[in-house]
Amino acid sequence: MREFRKYWIALLVIALLTPVGLYLPQILKAGSAWGEWGIEEIRQVLGYAPAGMEKEAGRWNAPLPGYAYPGRGTALLSRQGFAYVLSAIVGIAACGAGGYLLARWLARRRR
Amino acid sequence: MHIPDGYLGPPTYLAGYAACIPLWGIAARKLKAGLDARRAPLLAISAAFSFLVMMFNIPLPGGSTGHAIGGVLVAIAVGPWGALLSVSIAVVIQALLFGDGGITAIGANCFNMAFLMPFSGYYAYRGLCRVFPSVKGNAVAAGIGGWLGLNAAALSTAVMFGIQPLLHTGADGRALYAPYPLSVAVPAMMLQHLTIFGLAEALVTGLVVHHLQRSRSAWILQATSEKA
Repeated sequence: MREFRKYWIALLVIALLTPVGLYLPQILKAGSAWGEWGIEEIRQVLGYAPAGMEKEAGRWNAPLPGYAYPGRGTALLSRQGFAYVLSAIVGIAACGAGGYLLARWLARRRR
Repeated sequence: MHIPDGYLGPPTYLAGYAACIPLWGIAARKLKAGLDARRAPLLAISAAFSFLVMMFNIPLPGGSTGHAIGGVLVAIAVGPWGALLSVSIAVVIQALLFGDGGITAIGANCFNMAFLMPFSGYYAYRGLCRVFPSVKGNAVAAGIGGWLGLNAAALSTAVMFGIQPLLHTGADGRALYAPYPLSVAVPAMMLQHLTIFGLAEALVTGLVVHHLQRSRSAWILQATSEKA
């Protein structure tokens, strides 16, 4: 396990750097990824919201939607950055746990 | 490239699940039979790594954003079947906890990012390694594999978006789901991914493979002669 410790540390360091991926698009005024617009954005561009999209959108309430704290309005930049790093760490923990449990389950079934 | 809920009609997202469920089953069987115990923790590390890479949004100034995925790099480390499971874990966590990519679209998103990308990129890498057997050559092969894999996934995503107006248009001519036809979706997605985002993917893949090859962790990269 020790040989993996440096990889987990590297992942934590990368997590601390993730706000670059939050702030840089804001600085350069880049918007959503293509095909990942919110329903209001679509309504503005098209002049209407596609009916099926309107029904499905917002069906799922994620605890940290868009790697940010839930709630309307724009949070302070520093708060957004903190939420982003928190999301990165939650993501590492969740993906790590998922991968670990899967690997253990696969290894146990072999015996 | 994370298709949200409401962009794909039921036929498309159900097809995504129908394609992924047997693939996940095959992957589980393959790994059960052949996963080297020493390599098992790499599944967890790979899932977390891919998750993190996708948080680095790259802006096109004044336009949209995109990101690398790391799917081919993960495939080089844990094999394409391991990558299918690792990247799928990341995609599921992104959808459930962060609303990045839809719940209904998990199958479609996994098919694009966790299946098409690692497999196309990995086999391109393996082929190119035979042509460029040096350490540097392998890193270049990995970079090209990353670029190709990302673009395979982007093309498939664009096609999924683009067929929605064909499948679902109301009597009033309004789209029910994703509104842009193939003639808009494919060029828009591909221009971005063939250039900037593909370059980012190539750099991440090539540089990390280069670094691993030269470090004591070279065992992480499966030997090129080893069977997948």
